[in-house]
Amino acid sequence: MTATLTVDGLKVAIGAANVLRGASLEVQPGEVRGLVGESGAGKSMLGRAVLGLLPSNATITSGRIAFEGRDLLAMAEAERRGLLGRRIALIPQDPMTSLNPVKRIGAQIGNLLRHHLDLSKRAALARAAELLTEVAIREPERVLALYPHEISGGMRQRVLIAMAFACDPALVIADEPTTALDVTVQRQVLQLVERLRLRYGSAVLFVTHDLGVVAKICRSMTVLHAGRVLEEGETANVLTRPRHAYTRALLAATPRADRPAEALRPVPPALIEQLWSEAYRLDDVAVVGAA
Amino acid sequence: MRWGELIRRFVLIPPTLFGVAVIVFVLLRVVPGDPIAMMIPPGASEADIGRLRALYGLDQPILQQFATWLGQVASGDFGRSISVRQNVLELLLARLPATIELALLATMIAVLFGVFAALIGILLRGRRAEWIVDGGIGMLLAIPDFLWALILLLLFGVLIPLLPISGRIDPEIDLSLRSNFYLIESVLTGRFDIAFALLHHMILPALALALPFAALVARLLKASLAEAEDQDYAQIARARGYSRPDILLHEVFPNALIPTVALGGVQVTLLLGGTVLVERIFSYEGIGNMAIDAVINRDFPLIQGLVLTFAVLFIALNLVVDLVVTMLDPRLRHG
Repeated sequence: MTATLTVDGLKVAIGAANVLRGASLEVQPGEVRGLVGESGAGKSMLGRAVLGLLPSNATITSGRIAFEGRDLLAMAEAERRGLLGRRIALIPQDPMTSLNPVKRIGAQIGNLLRHHLDLSKRAALARAAELLTEVAIREPERVLALYPHEISGGMRQRVLIAMAFACDPALVIADEPTTALDVTVQRQVLQLVERLRLRYGSAVLFVTHDLGVVAKICRSMTVLHAGRVLEEGETANVLTRPRHAYTRALLAATPRADRPAEALRPVPPALIEQLWSEAYRLDDVAVVGAA
Repeated sequence: MRWGELIRRFVLIPPTLFGVAVIVFVLLRVVPGDPIAMMIPPGASEADIGRLRALYGLDQPILQQFATWLGQVASGDFGRSISVRQNVLELLLARLPATIELALLATMIAVLFGVFAALIGILLRGRRAEWIVDGGIGMLLAIPDFLWALILLLLFGVLIPLLPISGRIDPEIDLSLRSNFYLIESVLTGRFDIAFALLHHMILPALALALPFAALVARLLKASLAEAEDQDYAQIARARGYSRPDILLHEVFPNALIPTVALGGVQVTLLLGGTVLVERIFSYEGIGNMAIDAVINRDFPLIQGLVLTFAVLFIALNLVVDLVVTMLDPRLRHG
């Protein structure tokens, strides 16, 4: 079976800094994989690289990104654009800034549908209303006529989720979609993502630093540290029997009700440079991460 | 802008104009130089001068002069020009359309050039050629309109005599138009020969006014486009499979337009101010040209009328700009 997403030895540099240093992961069809790591681990960069959203000063120095076996980096621009937004979709991090402030919700969803699917204006609006119903928005027709500033943050995130699943994607990259939301809204959003991915049979790459979220919805997970994959496997295994000291540190740093959280000391960038430049041994990192 | 705000703005217009009237009225009479001194022949007797003063009411205390003038203005009488000896209101109404047409044409040219340059600039963003656009914009911006007037006059009027260098239209052309909006009326009534002759005369002064303003529009719009393109919604559009020109035009441009109109629209007042010198240079018969004569002759009634006219234009312009911005930005519409 061809993996939905294959990232193989991906290296990304911003100027002299290497933000991804040969990261590899696979997402199988229908799989929900969590991609975790502390800030600066490169998890968002990896998601952005797949979507072609790397900042302009970042370059992919080596590695391969394949979607359903097709090399995304080698394919023609027009072909890639045909996949993005349709077969590969994004749920962005910040619902407050991710919708165009001067366009009505209906126009934004409708344009996306018409861009990828051959729909008439009326059919696109009807489908947009359907999508809003699927993300549990009441009175969808009324909401379609509203501007983003007229609806709440949680509702905007639901609109963005509806847009992600609008064209029946095979892969949805969720880039910390719950970070900007409060806890009750977070849960609703997670339930929605779960419901929609089941309905559309999409695989999800869930980028987050929240291990609680991973434990809830991801069957498998990948732990990223300083631009490389430290550990990966079934979520239950990784969380209960972390093989790696850094994963243990990450777990210990998760706030819980029954004990105070331990501080996760971030690795200083200079030290990372030094570690990676020399012969790379996992144990070196483990010491730093667990310190 | 909501209705309340709109009403508030209209209510504020009379006090604003009153303030302008007070300032210009007092300033004219405090600053040295008066119209009588410009009129009298050398060696006129004190008695004659006194009689002239009394004739124009200049012998009265300033407060009383102001009250008299304000009463007249309120009933639509701006008095008689001292130097031209004609009704001020009639003079203004005859000349104002020429200036409005010139300013409109200049604004249209500026917006056209400015938007074009901004779009080219943003498409070249991050490339070396972007500097050519930025440099060109900077150069256009650095040269003021009256200097452009002289440069254009020298280039296309004298060195390569392609275009007429003075006046609004050739005197031999029979206009027989009903209004003083020659260009607008001739276009609307389909008399394109006249429109063409008018444009022939207007193109150089309009360009002189338009070039620095075009640069301003270009710079504002390009900066706004760049800022909007970096926003999340524009970045995310890329991940939805839209091409960059598509995103710039449909996602970024409507957003960038808001600050550009808000900041640039108000700058049309600068362009209006520029008509004073540019109309003079091209002997164009608008109110700007008339203003210079009025000041030279210390023609108090005419100056007062002109300043009030400019004030009304500025207020109207600001109001229009705010209305347009409200139309463009849904966040302002609902408050």
